[in-house]
Amino acid sequence: MQKRFFLSAVALGLLAAHAGTALAQEKFKIGLILPMTGPFASTGKQIEAAARLYIAQNGDAVGGKKVELIVKDDTSAPDVTKRIAQELVVNEKVNVLAGFGLTPLAMATAPLATQSKTPMVVMAAATSSITQASPYVVRTSFALPQAAVALADWAPNNGIKKVVTLVADYGPGIDAEKFFKERLTFNGGQVLDTLRVPMRNPDFAPFLQKVRDLKPDAVYVFVPSGAGAALMKQFAERGMDKAGIKLIGTGDITDDDILNSMGDVANGVVTSHHYSASHNSPLNKKFVAAFEKANAGLRPNFMAVGGYDGMRVIYEAAKVTKGGNGEALLNAMKGQVFESPRGPMFIDAQTRDVVHNIYIRKVEKVGGQLYNQEFSTIPDVKDPGKTK
Amino acid sequence: MNAQTSLLRAARWQPLELVFWVLAFASPWVLAQHALIINEIAIVALFAVSLDLVLGYTGIVSLGHAAFLGFGAYSAALFAKHIHPDPLLGLLVGMAAATLLGAVCSLSIMRGSDLTRLMVTLGTALILLELANKFSDLTGGADGLQGVIMGPLLGQFEFDLMGQTSAWYSLAVLLVLFVLARRLVHAPLGATLKAIRDNRLRAMAIGIPVTARLAVVYTVAAGIAGAAGALMAQTTGFASLDVFAMDRSADVMLMLAIGGVGWLYGGIAGAVAFKLMYDVIANITPQYWTFWMGLFLVVLVLVGRERLIRPWTWFSAARKEGQS
Amino acid sequence: MLTLLFDGVAYGMLLFILAVGLCVTMGLMNFINLAHGAFAMLGGYVTVALMQHHGVPFLVCLPLAFLASAAVGVLLERTLYRPMYQKPHLDQVLFSIGLAFMAVASADYLMGSQQQIMQLPDWLRGRTELFADTPFVLGMGHYRLFIIAVCAALTVGLQYVLSATRFGSRLRASVDDARAASGLGINVNVVFAATFAVGSGLAGLGGALGAEVLGLDPTFPLKFMVYFLIVVAVGGTTSITGPLLAALLLGIADVAGKYYIPKLGAFIVYALMIAILIWRPQGLFVRQGGKS
Repeated sequence: MQKRFFLSAVALGLLAAHAGTALAQEKFKIGLILPMTGPFASTGKQIEAAARLYIAQNGDAVGGKKVELIVKDDTSAPDVTKRIAQELVVNEKVNVLAGFGLTPLAMATAPLATQSKTPMVVMAAATSSITQASPYVVRTSFALPQAAVALADWAPNNGIKKVVTLVADYGPGIDAEKFFKERLTFNGGQVLDTLRVPMRNPDFAPFLQKVRDLKPDAVYVFVPSGAGAALMKQFAERGMDKAGIKLIGTGDITDDDILNSMGDVANGVVTSHHYSASHNSPLNKKFVAAFEKANAGLRPNFMAVGGYDGMRVIYEAAKVTKGGNGEALLNAMKGQVFESPRGPMFIDAQTRDVVHNIYIRKVEKVGGQLYNQEFSTIPDVKDPGKTK
Repeated sequence: MNAQTSLLRAARWQPLELVFWVLAFASPWVLAQHALIINEIAIVALFAVSLDLVLGYTGIVSLGHAAFLGFGAYSAALFAKHIHPDPLLGLLVGMAAATLLGAVCSLSIMRGSDLTRLMVTLGTALILLELANKFSDLTGGADGLQGVIMGPLLGQFEFDLMGQTSAWYSLAVLLVLFVLARRLVHAPLGATLKAIRDNRLRAMAIGIPVTARLAVVYTVAAGIAGAAGALMAQTTGFASLDVFAMDRSADVMLMLAIGGVGWLYGGIAGAVAFKLMYDVIANITPQYWTFWMGLFLVVLVLVGRERLIRPWTWFSAARKEGQS
Repeated sequence: MLTLLFDGVAYGMLLFILAVGLCVTMGLMNFINLAHGAFAMLGGYVTVALMQHHGVPFLVCLPLAFLASAAVGVLLERTLYRPMYQKPHLDQVLFSIGLAFMAVASADYLMGSQQQIMQLPDWLRGRTELFADTPFVLGMGHYRLFIIAVCAALTVGLQYVLSATRFGSRLRASVDDARAASGLGINVNVVFAATFAVGSGLAGLGGALGAEVLGLDPTFPLKFMVYFLIVVAVGGTTSITGPLLAALLLGIADVAGKYYIPKLGAFIVYALMIAILIWRPQGLFVRQGGKS
């Protein structure tokens, strides 16, 4: 029995020894909470790489203070995210929280941001209601309804009147379905059925079979990045394209991260999104080249650009407030207007959400690689999910 | 010394135990900046103790104990959100709900081999996960249940940002339920449980009502796990689907493995060791910490816990065949 | 509807190939090996790596995946698994979970965390439709046909080995009672090693075949472990036909459930499993006289 108490005592002792956290004062601390492990690890990887690239390009000092980037893994579990965020705020006294790969992770942390008056920059999660969860939330990623509505405007003008929606059953998916349906019906189209795929799903086959049986003009898809590949292959395997059903959706299904390895099955797929790695601007070309160089040829995707722009927003706000925090820092983030690798964008001062261009793109082979080629631009799209 | 005296002696509180508890309660004050992780450790230790009742004292291998954790969490969260934000009431509600679920589920673990029970318990937890996902209007689905604002504890202590109130709250509940479990285990009931664990057939032969005992223990353990779940929901202000996931059940089994099954402090020791290890490793390598955790587990099981904490025995394998 | 049945059968056969190794290991060595999915993942990654970086044709990759996993299986069996046979089930569970964690993290480190995408050869990409435009339309993807064909052949082969060869009878003897078998002069260690190798190899083959249908990323072992365990628990560990039928049942139930009641899709599978296990705790198809 004795030795076992020894174990606990030693463990508690370790805890005590662990209590030597240095409290450096003159640092500007950014707490970056990302899913680095688990099914969404690729999101975490992209955002971390982009954040580090920004720091490498813009120096690690801002507003007279040294920048410290603290990266933590929340394993995509919301209570872990909240605990890590709380520790960062209380122990490390971070100036700003950032990251948040999924909606539940951001939602769990929002009350904490309000309570501790720490600005929270959401770089990945895409449900509309996130920015309304706390007045301290600023978003640099995008909102699903922006992309959904754009496509619902484009579709009827291009021969697509009857659609079946197929979305992943969680916040962003439900947003996408709702706004696409509303706008398409408003434009005279028809949504034959709304299917929802559970998040933990090994096989898309039955859902696609159901779509096939309904015989629409197109199937509108939203699944988190990563699952899009499997979906596309199943789509081709089921002979859906031969049956005359087009595949349209948000850019998550043609994620730049894995687009090139999807092969010919992705060719011709039309999506709407806010970022494509092949966006034709000098800033983007520079960004992509630098990113690929620093990350062994990994192509940046929309998650990376959310992280990159998030860092930009943080840096500029820190410059203005000379490395401040709290409400002053938050106010310096609102209303920022700038050029991003995705195109021009600004942070709406009212909603604290991002307003940017949405592009309709088609997957094409360029120089031997698959890219989302933008062919239509809808400028300055606000999040329709909030105009209520 | 006859059997009765030795049993009674085992039931008495050792001085070291009291020291441990005093230290535990002092920690949120002494190590104030770690109050949050202390809270988390207390909650998960409570969960581990509840699993120990099932696993260590009756030998039922359960991979779905998180079912009760999650059920308690959601019950308490929904209660706080829709009916009344008082934490203690919510705690009782969570416990009651989980106990009920435990009573129902205890019917399913009576028969079959280890593997059967493993699968049935796992299946139960996963079914609850799917149900929570389906009734997303009630539970928030995959986004989680938000907006759980807790009232002040005992009408006085607010749940503050530092987490000290949470830590003391969780530690207090842990202590109370631990004492309860301890009484249970050292009572004649506990002795019959050990008999069942060691040799079920013989226990039946001497007239111990095996199925009834199993049902009772499973239900009590479910209630305690529900308390842990309620604490989790209350101190984080949040409840989400992954509280039912297999990872939770697996993690708590790991903790019991590290700390040792069959003695209640094993759950607590294991929880402390596991969480600390996780924290330290995750700080060093946020992306690949599962590797080191896995390696530690493999080594732990291969070498045996007793030998692991006595480094001088690592290389004298031939002489001493120490079993864990 | 027939198409759904077809899809379910394909999915079920794939699960069978993946899980049969686990069944036999459990029945033979009474060892709960939760790291079985890691061998499948290994086979999948080997195939993807060979196809993408070295241009090895798909059909050649399949036996290579089998061999790779079998080789690793033998290695691990002799070194790590053997001391674990006598330990209690809890220790085995923990040990194999630890191995699975290590495998997941290593795959993440070596291959990256994104989904791996395979390019199938063209002859596997088509689709045939029978009885089109009738309610009994049967749409068969060629790849799924291929899976069914391969798995059926393997099943027949396994059953033959088990029932009509010397090795098979030695295996069955060792499953029933290892001590008596070794008393009769059967080298039980060799039987164990060979069986473990074949089981892991089959898992690797299953991973290679399944990468296209199920997806392949570092969390594969943990994601699908539940399904393998269901096949083993429901099918029992004393025969080949038991797990086969269990896997088919599981595959069809899963696919049909997701089609007809999408929101409760997975729920059907778990509920079915619990019901079956409460009704028949030893599994649905247990050979008389076999060990539990």
